[in-house]
Amino acid sequence: MSAGIVTVAYIGASVLFILALGGLSHPETARRGNLYGIAGMGIALLATLFGVVTANYGLLIGGLAVGGLIGLLLARRVQMTQMPELVAILHSLVGLAAMLVGFANFMDPNVQYSGVEATIHDVEVYLGILIGAVTFSGSVIAFGKLSGRISGKPLVLPARHWLNLVLLLGSIWYGIEFVEQSAAGAGLVPLVIMSAIALLFGIHMVMAIGGADMPVVISMLNSYSGWAAAATGFMLSNDLLIVTGALVGSSGAILSYIMCRAMNRRFLAVIAGGFGTSTGVAAADGADGEVDPIEAPEAAMLLADAKEVMIVPGYGMAVAQAQHTVFELTKQLKDKGVNVRFGIHPVAGRMPGHMNVLLAEANVPYDIVYEMDEINDDFPDIDVSIVIGANDIVNPSAQDEPDSPIAGMPVLEVWKGRTTFVLKRSMATGYAGVQNPLFFKENTRMLFGDARDSLGEVLRNL
Amino acid sequence: MRIGVPREIHSGEKRVATTPDVVQGLLKLGFEVAVESGAGDGASFTDEAYRDAGAAIVESADELWSGADIILKVRAPETVSDSGRDELDRLREGQILISFLWPGQNPELVNRLAEKRVTALAMDSIPRISRAQKLDALSSMANIAGYRAVIEAAENFGRFFMGQITAAGKVPPAKVLVIGAGVAGLSAIGTAKSMGAIVRAFDTRPEVREQVESMDAEFLMLDFEEEGSGAGGYARVMSKEFIEAEMALFRQQAEEVDIIITTALIPGKPAPELITADMVEAMKPGSVIVDLAAEQGGNCALTEPDELVTRHGVTIIGYTDLPSRLASTSSQLYATNLRHLLSDMCPEKNGEVVVDMEDEVIRGATVVRDGQTTWPPPAPKVTAAAPPPSAKPTVAPEPAPVEKKRAPAWVSRLILFGLGGLGLLGLGAVAPPSFMAHFTVFVLACFVGYMVVWNVTPALHTPLMSVTNAISSIIIIGALLQISSDVPWIAWVAGFTVLITSINIAGGFAVTRRMLAMFRK
Repeated sequence: MSAGIVTVAYIGASVLFILALGGLSHPETARRGNLYGIAGMGIALLATLFGVVTANYGLLIGGLAVGGLIGLLLARRVQMTQMPELVAILHSLVGLAAMLVGFANFMDPNVQYSGVEATIHDVEVYLGILIGAVTFSGSVIAFGKLSGRISGKPLVLPARHWLNLVLLLGSIWYGIEFVEQSAAGAGLVPLVIMSAIALLFGIHMVMAIGGADMPVVISMLNSYSGWAAAATGFMLSNDLLIVTGALVGSSGAILSYIMCRAMNRRFLAVIAGGFGTSTGVAAADGADGEVDPIEAPEAAMLLADAKEVMIVPGYGMAVAQAQHTVFELTKQLKDKGVNVRFGIHPVAGRMPGHMNVLLAEANVPYDIVYEMDEINDDFPDIDVSIVIGANDIVNPSAQDEPDSPIAGMPVLEVWKGRTTFVLKRSMATGYAGVQNPLFFKENTRMLFGDARDSLGEVLRNL
Repeated sequence: MRIGVPREIHSGEKRVATTPDVVQGLLKLGFEVAVESGAGDGASFTDEAYRDAGAAIVESADELWSGADIILKVRAPETVSDSGRDELDRLREGQILISFLWPGQNPELVNRLAEKRVTALAMDSIPRISRAQKLDALSSMANIAGYRAVIEAAENFGRFFMGQITAAGKVPPAKVLVIGAGVAGLSAIGTAKSMGAIVRAFDTRPEVREQVESMDAEFLMLDFEEEGSGAGGYARVMSKEFIEAEMALFRQQAEEVDIIITTALIPGKPAPELITADMVEAMKPGSVIVDLAAEQGGNCALTEPDELVTRHGVTIIGYTDLPSRLASTSSQLYATNLRHLLSDMCPEKNGEVVVDMEDEVIRGATVVRDGQTTWPPPAPKVTAAAPPPSAKPTVAPEPAPVEKKRAPAWVSRLILFGLGGLGLLGLGAVAPPSFMAHFTVFVLACFVGYMVVWNVTPALHTPLMSVTNAISSIIIIGALLQISSDVPWIAWVAGFTVLITSINIAGGFAVTRRMLAMFRK
């Protein structure tokens, strides 16, 4: 196969990838988009297989088959509540691949450049490995945090900003060192040291970030995995890798931006980490009062009398696996002629769109699931709002208290409805560590207990 | 502390200040509860039920009053001459009395309570603020009165409320006019509506219009500009012109409607007379008027308090004991209001009450404290309706500082572009053409990605991540380029990379597919 045909195949694959992302603008077209993505990947693989590869087919096919099988099994087995973990661990694989390709490329005696090209190539190798390493270790830690293997609390080392600075300066220093030594035919030592520094940096960065900031972290790592692919593309002079990497990179960057805006926080502040550690005490004294608990039968009565019901799910719904019970409740209420809708905050859950996926899994039709901006003005007409395991995203102090750590964060204004009941396990604060005055409002009732059990009880009473 | 709940001695009063349900709540707060034998009879709560709930049943009233630290009552303590019972005499120093007291209308009662050196809280004086809604016994009672008013009207009205077309002919629906859309008015609107009547409502406060319309009733409008909201969410006295326009409206409505329910009250004033004798005359024979303001003189000129009279063929109901006519529910709601008050006063839940005069709600309700008269309380700070915007306009911001502020943002953007341009220029100066070609592709791809991804619906952010994750495994191409290397270890590393990236490809696409299949209408 000629180089021209391979290039044409790569162009086709790039176009298909762009169509795949474009399809996601609507659930109907998204399925077709995914097929475009698969087709693009298939074309790129086939073109490379027949156009470039000349030997070691056994190894190649073996790797493809085993890896593909593992991937399919993972995809089939994973619970929808575990999606964030799966995405995190898959990111780490991209990072690891970028590292390995970078090292192999550097060590490959057949790759020879000279002059400025050599310098640029060395910088590309270096960047590819650096981004790959940060993505790899960061994603592994994120996976650990999301799956509960590592505590979700931010690990705040003393002088952590200085540590980050030292790590950054260290990697720049070894970068220069590497380019100089590489010109003389060596350079493996600084490359390895830099990789270690980058791995350390990735670990430290994600360790310092709290659970509520996980949506930002996940989208950021998503972005990094794209940039790693793009850097590898530069290294290999491969436009397909560059295009795809840039697409993924900008996609992740936009997601991170959306998530940061939804929390009214600056990107750098999230990355610097330590959210919700220093502020918990200051806020705790402000709002205090008496909560009004409610029992399931009463909650069922409230729901039976309602015409407009809004359900606001949070991470607690995912933890309790309550989405199926939520759907049962929705169905029953809809049968009674109640207008049930869902209000989703952009950072509800542990990754962008987490709640939408859980609700979709439970068969909740997507046309009754609304984004915060679409639905926030409707709360005054709502008879009953059900907050399931959410806290900071329905906290009125984001609007009322300028001193609050979450001040200015857009929140779902459930308190404007007639009655709200909050399903919660205890009176503990949310991830921001801020007390929630919503719980003390006179039109709020607390339904304590596991969300799934409580909802089941409500359902039986309905 | 021990709570005592005596039997109400006012003639015809069927309510009771606690119910078996509430007794259990009070016990949880750490109180002991004693109930006078037969106290709940009028409201269909037996002594047995109270005993089962954990209350002690006390046979004699004397024993109950002397043994209790807190007395919960519905009506204010009074002297009933024919039985010779005087509740005020039974009060002793240090006791806490909680009931309706109407201190404004009964200064003598307040004096006697102070002489007795008791602490007295009036349930009718709970301030009308949001926090105190669960204690608001007036609202509880008004709600019941509104409901009961419709029931009384229905009993005395000779027709269906709901229109029907039967084999024997057509029955028109009843037309109901509710004047005053407070708690009682809204409750009456809801009840009449649910019985099938055509309901209209009028109120001087324009902000209740929405509430009326939310109950599917028609809100009658006056073509007149005047705001009728007074302090604490209550109505106030209106101007002469307004009243004239209002009366004309009522006269016209009186000819049309079958039932009028009036609930208009202004705090501390006699009830305004809204339905004059000639309006009653103009109504169709068989019509009914229920006057919920009868106790304060009545909204209808012909109302006689506590009586049902027929004038000009119109039945006029002036009962003042409507809540008592629904004794079971009104006892339950009132008792719950009392329980909420006690749980506010007993923060430790140890059965000891604290009369905290710093608490706005408790301060408002307390009429006498340890023999000191504390009524009237300072005016409440919060009104239910937002005050009209102050006439004084806010100072317009000077335009100059805005200009100054804008300039740096503009400059910084210019600097950003400048730096970006310089950076690119520097890159172009040193980089070989092959690199610049790739760089062009890279920059353009970033912009394509930017444009495309903003169109992604937020609901699909998770599938977006998994699909971008799958396509970022295009890095497998890098491994494929290396796998044919004649250096064995490079080939093996490449093989391993192929393995892990194909996990990613298969897993990413498959899980995206699985997720997308779940999204359905």
